[in-house]
Amino acid sequence: MSEIVQRKSVPIWIQMVVWLLIAGLLALVASTLSKRQQGSIRPGDTLPDFSIALFSGYEFEGQSEVSLSDFAGKIVVLNFWASWCKPCEQEAAELEEAWRFYNGDVMFLGADYVDTEPEARTYLKKFQITYPNGPDLRTELSQMFRITGVPETYFIDQQGVLYYIKVGPFLSLDEIKSIIEQKLQ
Amino acid sequence: MKQKKLRISYYALLLTILFSTLSTQFAYAQDDVPTDDEVNEVAKGLYCPVCENTPLDVCPTEACKQWRDVIRTQLAEGKTREEIEQYFVDYYGDRVLAEPPRTGLNWLVYILPPVVILLGAVLLFKNFQAWTKPKVVESVSNQERSASSSSDKYISQLEEELKKRN
Repeated sequence: MSEIVQRKSVPIWIQMVVWLLIAGLLALVASTLSKRQQGSIRPGDTLPDFSIALFSGYEFEGQSEVSLSDFAGKIVVLNFWASWCKPCEQEAAELEEAWRFYNGDVMFLGADYVDTEPEARTYLKKFQITYPNGPDLRTELSQMFRITGVPETYFIDQQGVLYYIKVGPFLSLDEIKSIIEQKLQ
Repeated sequence: MKQKKLRISYYALLLTILFSTLSTQFAYAQDDVPTDDEVNEVAKGLYCPVCENTPLDVCPTEACKQWRDVIRTQLAEGKTREEIEQYFVDYYGDRVLAEPPRTGLNWLVYILPPVVILLGAVLLFKNFQAWTKPKVVESVSNQERSASSSSDKYISQLEEELKKRN
């Protein structure tokens, strides 16, 4: 003869709490993963307004912080670099030359990625860079652009739309000019 | 001759005093410079975003070397470990810290593992208890029993039929 045994079941409210916790955790993991997999900003994307603090001595018209919206109607060239980055040295002079060539008609901005200020200043002096430059504080800007390394340069048109990404150093001044000229005409 | 010897010993004494004074001053100057161990003690709590998963104290890159120099400078200025870490967080973000700060969603990192381990332990304990208890025979209703016996009959009939065919 078989024996009838009643098993104690877990109270329904505990079961609900556990399932809710698991669902919440899964939702959190899913949202984090989807954010990470959004990918980098691509050419054709309209960029959200961003700002960058500038090193003293490298301000723009007295402003110690500038935003993309400050340069509406102008092409903006945003260059990520670092003093410890050897390939960055290959293009430093060309970028400065291009900045001087366009004489303010095209805005050049330098974002110093994961660097220390004394070394960054030595680098800027060494290559006689005069266009606005500042640290990528808390790596917020590089995270926003999801850069893959340095040097990396982003070309933004007059409407705030990203139209070209250069990964690695420019080989010549002409290369920089040819990318800018696409949108200057 | 004697006077010459005296003069030489006089200069020797003067030079000895001069060198000993200089070396003492040099030693004092060296004491102000933090040692590599002191720098690495702070550095091991930091990670450079460029060299992921490599603590700053053992990271061989140029960027990390610069960071260690910053730590050395700040230690020499008398800053504490917390102040230096805060400087790096302000400049490079939370991700440079070996241990995420206990704020917001970061709390999950600290709370979830012990909770999961605790839950696992409770589950294991419950299962072990069930294994050591005598096996409980589940009740089987009469209807189910008759259903199973009828299916047994059917199976044996089926087997017989198959044997006949072979």
